[in-house]
Amino acid sequence: MSDNRPCRKDLMNRINTVSFAVDDAKLFLDTHPCDEEALEYFNEFQKIRKCALKEYARYYGPLTIDTVNVDECDRWNWINEPWPWQEGGC
Amino acid sequence: MWNYEKRLQYPVKIKQTNPKIAQVIISQFGGPDGELAASMRYLSQRYTMPYKEVTAILTDIGTEELAHMEMVCAIVHQLTRDLTPKELKESGFDKYYVDHTLALWPQAASGAPWTAAYLQSKGDPITDLHEDLAADGTIL
Repeated sequence: MSDNRPCRKDLMNRINTVSFAVDDAKLFLDTHPCDEEALEYFNEFQKIRKCALKEYARYYGPLTIDTVNVDECDRWNWINEPWPWQEGGC
Repeated sequence: MWNYEKRLQYPVKIKQTNPKIAQVIISQFGGPDGELAASMRYLSQRYTMPYKEVTAILTDIGTEELAHMEMVCAIVHQLTRDLTPKELKESGFDKYYVDHTLALWPQAASGAPWTAAYLQSKGDPITDLHEDLAADGTIL
């Protein structure tokens, strides 16, 4: 673990914010599948979301099963961090 | 098929417990217009929805309602953490506690258990969407 790792709270806020944008764009696109502006918007925020989730997993444990990395760890760290409704959770 | 994401859609961090408010908020979990009913309503109706746009949105909103349910449950859980016997009695939460302790159980604020009778799924697009508007549209 490096000392100059990103602030956990900031990173989590970024994930929540961009995920909300992705969710909302997704719902809009369901009924407006050819809207170019919405497609571009979705694409932009989906990219940021993917990067942020990967970065979070690297420093603070995985939030999604696709960002679990067992190569760098000899144990199953999905169970380590608090669950979202618990103290210290996301 | 669903995958779990280990975060709430919006963070819930309640510092002060309040079992009285929890008894009201629990309706948004297991009440007639709660998130569990909303989710089951959309996810049941989608199989017979003839338009691909609407099938997609029923699937995606039905999924999102599950995330809302998780936030509501987190609120109730945090409002009722570590209650003392005195707090239980004074707040009236003792009537819930006797059956469920501090566990989450889907019920309305009145104490009525969650039931599939809260929702309708008829296989007619207009009927089903009308049901959705009546149930979820009231809070928009």
